[in-house]
Amino acid sequence: MKPKNMRIPFTKEDIKKLKAGDEVYLTGTIYTARDAAHKRLHDLIKKGKKIPVALKGAVIYYAGPTPGRRGRPIGSCGPTTSSRMDAFAPLLMRKGLSGMIGKGDRSKDVVRSVRKYGCVYFLATGGLGALLSMKVKKARRVAFKELGPEAIHELKVVDFPLIVGIDSKGRNIYDKTKWKKAGRT
Amino acid sequence: MRTIHVAKIRDAVKELCLKANFELRPDVLKALKRALRKETDDRARGILADIIENASMARRREIAICQDTGMVPVFIWIGQGVRLAGGDLSAAVNEGVKRAYREGYLRTSVVDDPFLRKNTLTNTPVAVYTEIVRGSRVKIVVAPKGFGSENKSQVRMFKPTASEKDIKEFIVEVVRKAGPDACPPLVLGVGIGGTFDMAAHLAKVALLRPLGSRHNKRHIARLEAELLKRINALGIGPMALGGRTTALGVNIVTFATHIAGLPVAVNVSCHATRGAEKVL
Repeated sequence: MKPKNMRIPFTKEDIKKLKAGDEVYLTGTIYTARDAAHKRLHDLIKKGKKIPVALKGAVIYYAGPTPGRRGRPIGSCGPTTSSRMDAFAPLLMRKGLSGMIGKGDRSKDVVRSVRKYGCVYFLATGGLGALLSMKVKKARRVAFKELGPEAIHELKVVDFPLIVGIDSKGRNIYDKTKWKKAGRT
Repeated sequence: MRTIHVAKIRDAVKELCLKANFELRPDVLKALKRALRKETDDRARGILADIIENASMARRREIAICQDTGMVPVFIWIGQGVRLAGGDLSAAVNEGVKRAYREGYLRTSVVDDPFLRKNTLTNTPVAVYTEIVRGSRVKIVVAPKGFGSENKSQVRMFKPTASEKDIKEFIVEVVRKAGPDACPPLVLGVGIGGTFDMAAHLAKVALLRPLGSRHNKRHIARLEAELLKRINALGIGPMALGGRTTALGVNIVTFATHIAGLPVAVNVSCHATRGAEKVL
């Protein structure tokens, strides 16, 4: 099956067409955010304060890249474990987030919010930081710079290879796997 | 008495950190290539091929194999015929790591305090494990490891009367619970025996043993082979999307233990199990 080309921003229709298991080449602007940045965004929203990124239609990449060598926008930049962001993700989706990229399974709450707000969760392959780095054409730190590698980076990606993990109907790619089914019994 | 200046150790630590992060361990690469030959699932084959390609790209361009360049354990075996001169050993090791992470464009993933969590921006302090051994040489091993897999590691204190079956089930369950988060195909370091803390340390040390080697005790070698077979029958596969390649290897290290107990530790490691060593 040929991967589908997708551009950010997504329309609601673009997202609806995706099915768990589809392969996608993503092009556009994404934002890195991991544990510390999520905690901060969550706390700012809860306090009713302004946050440093526009969430409406945004795609967040759970990643903390290595710095780029001279002439390269970024270094190694594969995904981190998504489940650590599960407690924060529903609020961000409520505030307009349209996509998440990471590795691994998500909680039931996250699946429910993905369906409710018509979002999508993509999987990137863990441990392919060097290869994925080549798909990043521009990068800059845009917020929480004092967090170092956990700062929010804006990345311009071209044909970033992903698999749909959870689609807007709440179908989860991992629900069909042998290991997850075995765990339920 | 042979004298070694700690600056030599600092430079070796730096060199090893860079090597470990850019060049995948040859035994791990070999195991991945072997897994690709044996894998029958199409998606799993594609992922394994990408992992192999990633290792080659990392080496060629000197980009970290994985962005999680780890909190580095540094193991040093010091021959008792060696005198270390020129300053503090721990400071030299930390300086070596700091230089590697700055000059090699590696990620600094260490925070100063588990609660305050301010990034030190140097990837230090590191864990330094020293052991005094016979001889007049110094052997240094660095093994940077990501926390996606570290988070899935476990220690359990079994009863001394526990069966081999109970222990096998625990180890297989650790792998199943790790699911996709630890970046399968995994490498498993298992420490059995000793005390609570020692079992965990043995599990970490077990990861340093080359894949494809066997334990020198026959009953442990058999246990390793059985575990690998059972783990690969789970069908987790690369990225946990299915396939027969769930683990590349199971390495066990054992030690004597107490009459009242049987500690078992499993240090889960990812497909990018890294490490480099040098003897001075």
